[in-house]
Amino acid sequence: MEIKREPIARNVNTDDLRVRQLRARDMLQGDLDGEDLDQYVQERVLTTTVDKAVAWAQGNSIYPLTFGLACCAIEMITVVAARADIARFGWEALRASPRQADLIILSGRVSIKMAPVIRRLYDQMLEPKWAISMGACCSSMGVFNNYALVPADKFMPISVHVPGCPPRPEALLHGILRLRDKIQGNAPEGWRERYEAVGTEELLPSSPAGSADINIFSRTTPARPGLARPDAERAGGRSGDTAGA
Amino acid sequence: MPSGPVAGAGTPPVPDATELELTAQELRDLDPESILDTSFHRGRATLIAEPTRIKTVIEHLFGKGYASIASLHGVDYYPDEPRLGVLYELLDMKRVDRISVKARVHTEAPVIPSIVDLYPGANFPEREVFDMFGVRFEGHPDMRRILMPEDYEGFPQRRDFPTGGEPVLFTYNEEQTYGKWQ
Amino acid sequence: MSSLTDDFRRREESITLSSEPAGQGETHELLTLNIGPHHPATHGVLRLLATLEGEIVRDVKPIIGYVHTGIEKTAEDKSYWKVIPVVERMDYVSYYFNAMAFCGAVETLLGVEVPPRAQYLRVIHLELNRIMSHLVWLGTSALDIGAISMLWYCFREKEAILDLFEMSSGQRMHTRYFQVGGVIEDIPRGFEAKLRAFLKEMPRRADQYAALLERNEIVLERLRGTGIVDQETMLKLGVTGPLLRATGNPWDLRKAQPYSSYDHFDFRIPVGTVGDNYDRYRVRHAEFYESVKIIEQAIDGLPEGPFITPDRKVSLPPRHELATSMEALIHHFKLVTEGFRVPPGEAYYPVEGPRGELGCFVRADGSAKPARVHMSDPSFVNLQAFHYMVKDGYIADLIASLAMLDPILGGIDR
Repeated sequence: MEIKREPIARNVNTDDLRVRQLRARDMLQGDLDGEDLDQYVQERVLTTTVDKAVAWAQGNSIYPLTFGLACCAIEMITVVAARADIARFGWEALRASPRQADLIILSGRVSIKMAPVIRRLYDQMLEPKWAISMGACCSSMGVFNNYALVPADKFMPISVHVPGCPPRPEALLHGILRLRDKIQGNAPEGWRERYEAVGTEELLPSSPAGSADINIFSRTTPARPGLARPDAERAGGRSGDTAGA
Repeated sequence: MPSGPVAGAGTPPVPDATELELTAQELRDLDPESILDTSFHRGRATLIAEPTRIKTVIEHLFGKGYASIASLHGVDYYPDEPRLGVLYELLDMKRVDRISVKARVHTEAPVIPSIVDLYPGANFPEREVFDMFGVRFEGHPDMRRILMPEDYEGFPQRRDFPTGGEPVLFTYNEEQTYGKWQ
Repeated sequence: MSSLTDDFRRREESITLSSEPAGQGETHELLTLNIGPHHPATHGVLRLLATLEGEIVRDVKPIIGYVHTGIEKTAEDKSYWKVIPVVERMDYVSYYFNAMAFCGAVETLLGVEVPPRAQYLRVIHLELNRIMSHLVWLGTSALDIGAISMLWYCFREKEAILDLFEMSSGQRMHTRYFQVGGVIEDIPRGFEAKLRAFLKEMPRRADQYAALLERNEIVLERLRGTGIVDQETMLKLGVTGPLLRATGNPWDLRKAQPYSSYDHFDFRIPVGTVGDNYDRYRVRHAEFYESVKIIEQAIDGLPEGPFITPDRKVSLPPRHELATSMEALIHHFKLVTEGFRVPPGEAYYPVEGPRGELGCFVRADGSAKPARVHMSDPSFVNLQAFHYMVKDGYIADLIASLAMLDPILGGIDR
């Protein structure tokens, strides 16, 4: 068998794992130099701005406030407990005082008597602060749409809503990880953009004028690189053409 | 003495119909106006009492041995008059007996004597009936709202009070309703 | 709000200060402190106005209503089987008991009989829920007292129980497993094996908890002799459950007025002597073993048969019947759209919850929706005993007493 050794060409596609491995080996051995080395450092070694570094640190060491209202509180304590464990993410330092916490997890139903108390707690927290609305009751009234409850959106800004009644610990962890992404600057796009729902339509209830309105979703921001997709722009306000709902 | 289970397996024993009638008769002998009616339905004995004489009734039952109050709650019998009912579920632990007493008041004069001196455990439940239905208990040391905010107007659990609620946010009505906090 | 401040000033005046001089010419003064509704004790949003003289609590006034959800009002708008999930969310740690009380009341009104297999399955789930509720109580109470590791150990067991609930009904909490007339589904095939493995493990774990806490001098100092209330006061207040049993009164509805085949099982009722916090802890801890015994007997003697009443006017027909029987189709349609109608009447059905007597009052007016649902919650009544538990004790004992009282604010506020 004959083995032939070849140097790796420059500007080669570095997505290939084998190529990356070989270049890493070369760097460690000291075989890369000059332009190759510069390119390697740019690609592989972590260089970033201070903001991003701070955001990364913040996202990995949040102090949640011990704030449990109702049933979702039991699932929140389960998230702190051993099986679904937020200590993996560095979030295990739950603080009782709002002055020391930077995340409030509204776990449970917010009654009208409690809403001003929560607002006062939220105001006592120091910037930067985030809020997770856990469960269906505080996000959108949940099972009990009645005189006694307020949805949390009505009196305080919420960063992440976690649906469920109560949400499983895994669901809460998913919400927590989304919040962490948001803090670290990688906020995932809304679902319509993420699933590339370009060109979909949402039918609105018909207005008294008789014509149905639809929301048209078309791409206004540049498409992600590597996405070969034509922009779909359409005129709005068609009536009667959509399937009779 | 308690009779055996009456309706289906597992219903708790209560005084049977004859003993209920005897109790009602005793009360009528004490005070002819106190008991309006008796009812025995699905194993549950109920004495329907006149609201102003409720203390006589309860004291007599307390003397008979019903020394615990299991529940004190209100019911709105809309549209039957008198509309607001207060129910007392009494429990005799020694003989394992339960009996209910019902007193109905009108919305115009929703006053009933309080039984807190006999059963101190009725303190919070009476406040709750006041909060939810508007029935004032005379003689209660602390007649205030307990579950709703102190300055709330209206009595939520009456049948003509609307259930209320908030509109749920969708993308189509986000702008018109309160929208997300800005 | 001024009535609240006038109130406590008046109460402060009514309290006589203790006669010991403070020494060096200092004077005593009463301090009214607001504890909550947000506080480190993980027992829900309970607000306490404590009037303190130094470190001694002279008066405490609980203020509730911070998680009032209007469950009873919402229940009047929904048909009977839709009330079950609404009512389950009341006392949010013992959800099977809420459903049991409500289903029992409706079954009494309907006159429908629950088949024996369903009764045994109900007992299994109720006792598992009792163990789970006591585990949550033990974990959070030990956390309050300072034994922080207990939280993780207790929640490890709780995860095993929630796995069992997920196996039988698909949901960890608020499972909607109990229906009027029985249970919604039979237990799946691996349930028994997993349950037996858990039952073998649980007494050993309970022994480990005892070994961790009961020889610890700090726990003993904090719990022994604190929060003593005698039996007459508890009886006059209408307190039931482990708080009453800790004073020596063996009142337990599972023995006194058995429901759902509890009289088929052989178990004992743990009872305390003094009525202090340590007795309350011991009573609940002993109930671990008794519940394990009950579940073992239930799963050993699980009878065959239907898991819900065969009365098709109340329970949904099984899916395979819908293809063949016209009547089944009509029943299914009526039940799903309108629901079953309950003849007019009133019923009060008490069960023995982990905290005491949980009763459900249902008033039916002949339609498909209940006219009034009232859940009489044990924590609501037990909270009135709190004043007696903490009076003239230290504020640290107030925290320990609050932990041993085991209040669940969802039940108190409904």
